[in-house]
Amino acid sequence: MSSSDAITAEAREGPREDRAREAGAAVRAAGRLGRSLLLLAPALLLLLVAFLGPVGWLLSRAFTQPHLGLQNFVELWERQGYLQVLWNTVAISATATPICILLGFPVAHAMTYGSPRLRRWLIFVVLIPFWTSLLVRTFATVILLQRNGPLNDIFVGLGLAAAPLPLLYNLTGLLIGAVQVLLPFVVFPLHAAMLRIDPAYMQAALTLGAGPVRAFLRVYLPLTLPGVLTGATLVFISTLGYYVTPAMLGGPRQTMIAQTIQDQIAQFGNWGMAGALSLLLLAVSGLVLLLLHLTVGLKAVAR
Amino acid sequence: MTGDGLGGWRALRGTVCGLVALYLIAPLVIVVIISFSAASFLQFPPPGLSLRWYHNLFSDPAWTDSLAVSIEILIPSATLATLLGTAAAHALVRGHIPGASIIGAALMLPIVVPAIITAAALFGVYRGLGLNGTLTGLVIGHVVITTPYVVATVSSSLRTLDPRLEAAAAILGAPPLTTFRRVTAPLLMPAILSGLLFAAVASFDELIVSLFVSTARVRPVAVQMWSNIRGDVDPTIAAIASLCFAFALTALLLESILRRRGGMDRS
Repeated sequence: MSSSDAITAEAREGPREDRAREAGAAVRAAGRLGRSLLLLAPALLLLLVAFLGPVGWLLSRAFTQPHLGLQNFVELWERQGYLQVLWNTVAISATATPICILLGFPVAHAMTYGSPRLRRWLIFVVLIPFWTSLLVRTFATVILLQRNGPLNDIFVGLGLAAAPLPLLYNLTGLLIGAVQVLLPFVVFPLHAAMLRIDPAYMQAALTLGAGPVRAFLRVYLPLTLPGVLTGATLVFISTLGYYVTPAMLGGPRQTMIAQTIQDQIAQFGNWGMAGALSLLLLAVSGLVLLLLHLTVGLKAVAR
Repeated sequence: MTGDGLGGWRALRGTVCGLVALYLIAPLVIVVIISFSAASFLQFPPPGLSLRWYHNLFSDPAWTDSLAVSIEILIPSATLATLLGTAAAHALVRGHIPGASIIGAALMLPIVVPAIITAAALFGVYRGLGLNGTLTGLVIGHVVITTPYVVATVSSSLRTLDPRLEAAAAILGAPPLTTFRRVTAPLLMPAILSGLLFAAVASFDELIVSLFVSTARVRPVAVQMWSNIRGDVDPTIAAIASLCFAFALTALLLESILRRRGGMDRS
C-alpha cells in the first residue's frame, strides 16, 4: 500500500472513526448513567416504599376516614382543643426561635473570630449536644430543673428566691429544654454565614467614621441575615414537630401538635384526625421553607 | 485591636459564650455524677458514691435485653444506611443524572419531615404487614431515618474530591468498579466512616419511630428509657444516660480524628 493510499484510506476512515468514537462515548455515557441509576436505585426504592408511600398513606387518611370528605378539617376548625394545640405549637416555636438566635449569635461570632484554640473548643462544645441523644439531654434538663435540683439550690442558696421555683412542667421548663436542644441548629448556619463575610466591609465602615455599634448594626448584621434566617427556619421547623421535649418538660397547657397526633392514634385510633394534623404540620413547615427559599434561596441552606 | 472601645462587647460575648457552654454541658455532667450516686433518688450533689446503679443496669434483664435489641438493630441498619447512602451519594454527585438536585433533596426528606409523622405512617402501614414489634420493621425504620446523614456526609466529601483523580484511573484502563475500589473509596473512606458512625449513633438514640413500631417484647434502649423516665425514676436511668453520653462522646472524638485525617472542612 502506497503512502498516498494510506492517506486517502485514513481520510476515508476519519469520519467513520469519529462516528465510532462518538458512538462509543454515547455508549459509555449511557453505561455511566445506567450504572448511576443502578447505584441510586436501592436508596430511592427504600425512600419510596418505606417513607413516601407510608407518609402518603397517612396523609390520605385525612380525606378518607371515617369517610370520604373534609370532615376532619371541619372538626379541627370547630373544636376548641385542636385550635389551642395548634396555637401552642406555633407560639412556642416562635418564642424559642429568637432566644436561640440571641444566644447563638455571640457563640457563632466567637467561633468565627476567636483564637484557634477557643474556636476548636467552642465547636466541640456545640457538637457534643448535637451528637448526644435528645432523650438523654432532656432527661438531664429534668434533673437540672427539678424542685430540689441544682438550679433551684443555687437560686435559693444565693437568696434569689425564697422557695424553689417551679421550673418544670411549664413554659419555662419547655423553653429551657428546647433552646438547649436547638442551639446547634442556629450556631452552625450563623458561623457559616460569618465565615463568608469579607472583613474589609467592617474595616471600611469603621474607617469611614461609623462607630462600632453603628457599623455592626448597619453593615455586619445585614450581612449575617442569610445565616440568621436559615438558623431561625431550622429551629422553627424542628420545634413545630417536637414530641419528646414538650412531653417531658412541658405541662398540659403546653401540649403540642406531635403529642396530639400520637394521642389520636394510640388512644382513639382516629387515623383521619392524625392524618389531618400531620398534613397541617407538613404544610406549615413547607410554607416556612418556601419563605426561606424565596428570601435566601435554598442553595444557601444546603451549604 | 485592643483599646478600640470594643473591650466591653468582647467581655459580653465571652460571658454569653461561657454561659451557653455551661448550659449545654453542665446538665450532662450532672447526670454522669448522679449515675455514681449512693442514694436511691436523683439527688445532687450525691451524698456518697457507688457503682450500684451500673450494677443494677447490667443485672436487670429489662435493661440488658433492650441493650441487646438496640445493638441488633444498630448493626444492620447502620451498615445498610452506609451502603445505600454511599451508593446514592456517588450516583448523585458523579452520575450526571438529570434532576440530581431534586432527587438529592427528596433523599433528605426523612430528616426534614417531623419524626412523629414518619413514625405514625410506618406504624400504620406495618399493621397490615405484621411488621410491628419485629426487628425487620425496626431496622427498616432506622435505615430510612439514618440514610440521609450518610448521603449528606459522603456527597459533601465527594464534591471536594478532584474528579480528575477518578478520570485518570479510568483513562489508564481501570474498570469503573476498580476505580471506585482503588481510588475513590480510599479517598472517601473518612467520610464514609463518619457517616457510618453518625448513623450508628442516630440509630442507637432513635426514639420516636421505635416507640411506635416496637412492642414490650422487642424494645430498644431508647424506648426502655422513655417508659422508665415517665414512671418511677431512680439513678439507673442516670447510669444508662451516662453510657449513652459516653457512646456519643467516643463517636464524636473518633469522627473528629477521621475529619482531620480526611481533611474535611468542619463548616
